[in-house]
Amino acid sequence: MNYLMRRLATFPLVLLGVSILVFVAIRMVPGDSITAMLGTEAGLLTPAQRDSLAAYFGIDQPWFIQYWRWIGGILHGNFGISVTYGRPVLDVILERFPLTLELALLSMIIALAVGMPAGIYAATHNEKPSDLGVRIVAMIGQSTPSFVLGLLIIYALSAGFGVLPAMGEFAPLWQDPLRNLSQLILPAITLGFAFAASVTRISRSAMLDVLSDDYVRTARSKGASARSVIWRHALPNALIPVVTLSGIEFGYLLGGAVIVEQIYALPGLGRMVLDAILQRDYALVQGAVLFIAFNFMIVNLLVDLAYVALDPRIRLGEQ
Amino acid sequence: MTPLLSVRDLRVGFGRDPQANEVVRGVSFDIADGETLAIVGESGSGKSVTALSINRLIDFGGGRITGGAMTLKRADGSLFDLTTAAEPQLRAIRGAEIGMIFQEPMTSLNPVLTIGTQIEESFRLHRGLTGRQATAAAKEALDRVRIPDAARRLKYTPNQLSGGMLQRVMIAIALACNPRLLIADEPTTALDVTVQAQIMALLAELKRETGMSVIFITHDIGLVAGIADKVMVMQNGQAAEQGELSQILDRPRHPYTQHLLHAVPHFANGSATRVDGQRDRGESTEPALKVDGLVVRFPLKSNFFSRATGAVHAVDGVDFDLMPGETLAIVGESGSGKSTTAKAVLGLVRSTRGSFSVGSRKASAERSAKPVQMVFQNPYASLNPRLAIESILAEPVIANGGRMDSETRAKMASLLERVGLPVNSLQRYPHEFSGGQRQRLCIARALMLNPSVVVLDEAVSALDVSVQAKVLELLVELQREFGLAYLFISHDMAVVERIAHRIAVIYAGQIVEIGDAASVLSKPQHSYTKKLIAAVPTIDRRREHFEIDTRQVPSLVRPQGFEPAPARWERFGPDHRARVEA
Repeated sequence: MNYLMRRLATFPLVLLGVSILVFVAIRMVPGDSITAMLGTEAGLLTPAQRDSLAAYFGIDQPWFIQYWRWIGGILHGNFGISVTYGRPVLDVILERFPLTLELALLSMIIALAVGMPAGIYAATHNEKPSDLGVRIVAMIGQSTPSFVLGLLIIYALSAGFGVLPAMGEFAPLWQDPLRNLSQLILPAITLGFAFAASVTRISRSAMLDVLSDDYVRTARSKGASARSVIWRHALPNALIPVVTLSGIEFGYLLGGAVIVEQIYALPGLGRMVLDAILQRDYALVQGAVLFIAFNFMIVNLLVDLAYVALDPRIRLGEQ
Repeated sequence: MTPLLSVRDLRVGFGRDPQANEVVRGVSFDIADGETLAIVGESGSGKSVTALSINRLIDFGGGRITGGAMTLKRADGSLFDLTTAAEPQLRAIRGAEIGMIFQEPMTSLNPVLTIGTQIEESFRLHRGLTGRQATAAAKEALDRVRIPDAARRLKYTPNQLSGGMLQRVMIAIALACNPRLLIADEPTTALDVTVQAQIMALLAELKRETGMSVIFITHDIGLVAGIADKVMVMQNGQAAEQGELSQILDRPRHPYTQHLLHAVPHFANGSATRVDGQRDRGESTEPALKVDGLVVRFPLKSNFFSRATGAVHAVDGVDFDLMPGETLAIVGESGSGKSTTAKAVLGLVRSTRGSFSVGSRKASAERSAKPVQMVFQNPYASLNPRLAIESILAEPVIANGGRMDSETRAKMASLLERVGLPVNSLQRYPHEFSGGQRQRLCIARALMLNPSVVVLDEAVSALDVSVQAKVLELLVELQREFGLAYLFISHDMAVVERIAHRIAVIYAGQIVEIGDAASVLSKPQHSYTKKLIAAVPTIDRRREHFEIDTRQVPSLVRPQGFEPAPARWERFGPDHRARVEA
């Protein structure tokens, strides 16, 4: 508990660093919101019009005043107004987040449900043809870009079965679960395939390591069955690298999956951030990056807590 | 009468072509009920492979039985063919009729499961016990191996227990279902000598209680005397000689057995100490190394920001001096602070208090910038596998501002020759050398900077006995030739007796006894020294009985600001004193 408090206390520090980085980075991109919004017509603005627009967007001030205003607003729960949507940044983000979270969770479930058994199977059939088969599929999964896989799935479904993935307006889970799942299952498979490939590879190598450990030999000398050796003795010891990898991949997916969202026309965080950058929607980019960083930190914390649950030798912050 | 286990012409091979890669090449032996067979051999002799073949665990290590027969007499009197049995049948044998314990108790227990769960597993598998019955049986099993406070310890995970305790847990697991055969594969090699004595005593007692047979595998022929009825000496996958204990130890016929018995440094209670280079009383030479009031403490903090709440007193007030050409052995058990002392002398750990002075070499000709050098325990881990020998030897010189010039090259060549390695070794890599050769390389590396003091931290412990003897010989020659002072850190009393002029016994971070080797070993005064010496196995002590001691090692964690009481010493000779015990 004490540990949890201390970890949470470091969050504001990290977020402060992230906020400065993103604030500076987005302003280093040439162009501004006015040009982005009006395109070539921005050149027709009189200096007076341009000034008043800049004052409207708040970009007429020196950068440190802009930063100060932004941070001050955040402390009061106000992340600013998105220029493109004309609505509070936090509302825009929270509207998009459930889809991204659900997609990330589904992909991870698929990845673990497929990848871990495949990895364990390959490890226990080391150097046999079946192991080679699993390794080849995993290699393909890791090296196939998601747009190729996504397009292949759509093509196979439409050409082979005449079915098209459910498109159209996105239905949140709590409104229409069936429609929601039918919209998300293909993107989740597309993302989960590559994720599962990494999980397969890492659980295979972790299991191989563990299976040659002394305590596995001890378990066998007791007369334990192959199944008990694998599930009871080896697997809990092989989980740490799998948890680490899953945590990183999951945290990454929480930042949105631009390409897959694009292919399946899903309104997720990834496309939102991309559009916001193209539109120089400073407030939205900054808010979204902070939000994504915060999520990543939460995931990391959960991963560390999982380590403790898995391995009694790991103690958090105590000696 | 049918033997419990009969092995005939056993052959075991590895790899894709097991017939071509045989490591066990035709071994035969019998074990009767209640009998103990010791299998002795050096690394690579095939002794462990033989052991792992009996319960067919070798199948999981890539081995194949390529020939021969192994027959086990089961509890109901039927004969069971171990060589051809299928895996499910073998599982019913393993743990129930054949128990096994291994060399490394620290890694042989599953780190994520409680020891209770791991003991209960045997009862679940072979006795069908579950829930509270299994827990009760597990507690009984722990009581049996004399672990105090068993009920509470069942909930511990392995990281919370010491090596000796863990080996007891292993024994509890192996004996849970009263197997009639116990295979013990080097069960005490990783343990301290006093703990080893305890485990041996426990095994002997359990053997008496249960009447089981034991196969005891060891590289230490001295350990055999205390436990075995019969001995089999293995070399290159074959039995060089086997027979009754007394016949093998007293009238060995095979040259290899004779060589083994000869090569093992037998502990002789101080009568085999060195006679050369004794310390000259009243001389005025400056010591090569003088250590005064060395204290090393590691503060304990509950977290990064808070203040220290206590400290581990790893070394707590150690003084000694070391003359040129002299060997001071520091003996003690793991955790006693002997390695920390060495590291502090080298500056590898920061000392909390205390001073060192490193004297000049006798002549002033070649004073070294780094007068203290070190040779480490594991020659397999202490040479960088990616560097050629040339780079490895040049490294200390270059790290101290020297360069790879003709002088350095000449030095490398002469040192290589001096430690007995061919000069063409320079272009080769560490994996091309054997363990003994690697340790010679480490010695050559340590001598590159013309040190006056060499710290040898368990420098021969990882070597096979016959190699060990040769390396010790080399060390003595180099000492005479270069006037080196050795700080020799070891847990092995027999080796210490061969090389030390003086001995310091260290216990819980403090020297409890120090003096010339002959008097410390022949007339030990401190109770800990006595205990240490009594625990040394020798071939002359047959079937000796040890008292079982279940005390845990004292904790070195002290509250903040704790200072030990100043030492009071009692003299027992011109150069022999022991700490007065409270």
